[in-house]
Amino acid sequence: MTFLIQQTMLYAIPLMIVALAGVFAERSGIINLALEGIMIFGAFIGVLFVNLVQQAGIFNAAYEAGNWIALQGFELLAMLVSAIMGAVFSLLLSFASVNLKADQTIGGTALNLMAPALVLFFIRIIASQNTLQMATGNAAGWFMIQKSDFGYGRNEEMGFFGSTFIDRTYLATYVCILLFIILSVLLYKTRFGLRLRSCGENPQAADSLGINVYKMRYAGTTISGALAGMGGFVYALTTANCSANGDVAGFGFLALAVMIFGNWKPLNIAGASLLFGLFKCVAAAYTSIDINGDGVFLLAELGISAHFYRLLPYLITLVVLAFTSKRSRAPKAEGIPYDKGQR
Amino acid sequence: MSGKLSKLWRKDGTKSVVSSLISILIGLTVGAVIILIMGLANSNLGLRSVWEAIRLEFLGLFSTGRGAGGVLTFGFNPVNMGDMLFRATPLILTGLSVAVAYKTGLFNIGAPGQYLMGTAFTLMLALGIPTETVPAPVVWVIAFLGGILAGALWGCIPGLVKAFLNINEVLACIMTNWIAANVVTWIFDGSVFRNTVENTKSAYIYMTSHNGVQTAKMGLDVIFPNSQVNGGILIAIVIAILMYILMNKTTLGYQLKACGSNRHAARYAGIADKRNIVLSMAIAGGLSGAAAALYYLSGNTEFFWNTYQSLPATGFDGIPVALLAVSNPIGVIFAGCFMSMLDVVGQQITNLTPYNEYISDVIVATIVYLSAFSLAIKMLLTGRRKKKLSETAAGTERILTGEAPPPDETTAPPDRGTVEKGGDEA
Repeated sequence: MTFLIQQTMLYAIPLMIVALAGVFAERSGIINLALEGIMIFGAFIGVLFVNLVQQAGIFNAAYEAGNWIALQGFELLAMLVSAIMGAVFSLLLSFASVNLKADQTIGGTALNLMAPALVLFFIRIIASQNTLQMATGNAAGWFMIQKSDFGYGRNEEMGFFGSTFIDRTYLATYVCILLFIILSVLLYKTRFGLRLRSCGENPQAADSLGINVYKMRYAGTTISGALAGMGGFVYALTTANCSANGDVAGFGFLALAVMIFGNWKPLNIAGASLLFGLFKCVAAAYTSIDINGDGVFLLAELGISAHFYRLLPYLITLVVLAFTSKRSRAPKAEGIPYDKGQR
Repeated sequence: MSGKLSKLWRKDGTKSVVSSLISILIGLTVGAVIILIMGLANSNLGLRSVWEAIRLEFLGLFSTGRGAGGVLTFGFNPVNMGDMLFRATPLILTGLSVAVAYKTGLFNIGAPGQYLMGTAFTLMLALGIPTETVPAPVVWVIAFLGGILAGALWGCIPGLVKAFLNINEVLACIMTNWIAANVVTWIFDGSVFRNTVENTKSAYIYMTSHNGVQTAKMGLDVIFPNSQVNGGILIAIVIAILMYILMNKTTLGYQLKACGSNRHAARYAGIADKRNIVLSMAIAGGLSGAAAALYYLSGNTEFFWNTYQSLPATGFDGIPVALLAVSNPIGVIFAGCFMSMLDVVGQQITNLTPYNEYISDVIVATIVYLSAFSLAIKMLLTGRRKKKLSETAAGTERILTGEAPPPDETTAPPDRGTVEKGGDEA
């Protein structure tokens, strides 16, 4: 059970935060199809930062001394850097779709093509191979919170809560959850959030009330880019041993699916991403999941192919869309470039 | 003379060609700048390699390797030319797939999925039908048609949900892409088509030449000796011409395009809009399937079947091809060749300099990015001209040309299908 929860969280949290990234862009009226590309870019930047700092040897002393709090600070710093660069990268999309009134779908596709190309071009020159890894050690050794950090011995138990939510987890996961809550409140309970959402519903009306639609759309896409960039790094850190290879296995597109599945609402998105994370986890590890701890591997014995679990999230999204498309509430002005002169 | 020139200049097609050429030039320049920055930032690379890489970026197609003294030499290189044509074959077809859908108001980002389904069925038919009993050319035809059919059926899915349930085709396409990636892996996992003869190759399917099925060379190997080229390129060009005739010279093409420019107006004019949306996605899917069929039936290509984590780049490359060609089927032939030329160029850069082939992907992405707003600017220009026309002709022009009535407040012109009565669509 502990294993199942931890694995699900591992997949669900990056999905959740990137889906929220999608919400911020779409609620301000910009379709952000580039989530995948920004994730790839963010993952690369984060890993590159970790690699360079390790080479400079800034945190080596802390690592030798087992100072895990300093290492968590290093992790947060890497997240921050990837968020900033993700935001910068997303400016390409905002510039094209806000200032130049370009087709947002094509703009997003361009970013999705650009990110892996650029990233692989650099990685190949830096690392002489297609994967960029940490300079020394591995993600678990440097960044994972272990029970030994709290003075527990090898054979001591932390209890169910401790071993599920503290031992062998990453701080990044909890930072993402915290950010998710803060930003959801920002979107729904503040003046800024209301204004942002109004630009995605009826920008003409928003403009007539003195809200700068262009600024709001820039804000929405930039927050979106920052979250997606950070989500990309968190994905690379927690599921790919802090390495970047110009690929996030379609997580950005899956996040889009989660966003639509969650009907553009944060609470639904949290639920949907947990569901999707569960499927991802089942597909990846269904042969070794023992749900109630009686030694019976139920899912493996059902004999359903792993491929089926893998395609299930996408299939469910399509089916759910089919049933709810009449009630689904996409932001009204999404995808339409705002033109002041238009009625 | 100058009058003729300005007339030519004012033509819509000329503008498209010029804007595409400008996009290409900017894209190549961006690639060169990135090479330059990388060369300056990294002391191991040196200015000499920068200059070589930039020259190769523009002229890589004519590269003949290094001559005496390690100097880059250029000239006619039949291998490069033939490989370019070989790689252009699937690109032309996926480009057509995206272009035809785009003409009918749909953004077919589902080409990778359709391509994968086409691949799977082509390979199963080409390898599954014993050539001892059925003659190889017949198997080839069956496999080719099977690939097209598989792609068309897979393309129907987004079309159906778009037409009947009003789900945005972009999202449906993305979902069907990943479903296809998993389904194809599932089909081949544990199948008899896996290459077990060569131990070094894990997760590859046999080449179709294993069963004696391969595309005829049609004499192209005489012109381009030692290259991979085969008759597939001629078939692709014929298909492109057929698509041009279908879209521009037939009633069906007119109906499809009418649905694309305004679905509601088309229905008002008595065109079955739902049928046409499904049909155009089916045609698009069939073209992607054909791309896969021609690529894998060539007999010298292998399919990596464990593909559930990534989608084939050829499918996505259809998007830049179509955008570069401004969705013109004839233009797609040239755009496809240009894209495959970049591919060859990337290979030359990897082989001859410390840089690598991903620079050509950067160039492509830049071109797509530029085309995102070159399209918008063009729309703006034509939109303005129309406004002036309608002022003078009091709207008669619109009715005569079968254009949409003025949009209401909730619909933004031009209705490209992504947004309709906002909110209804998921």
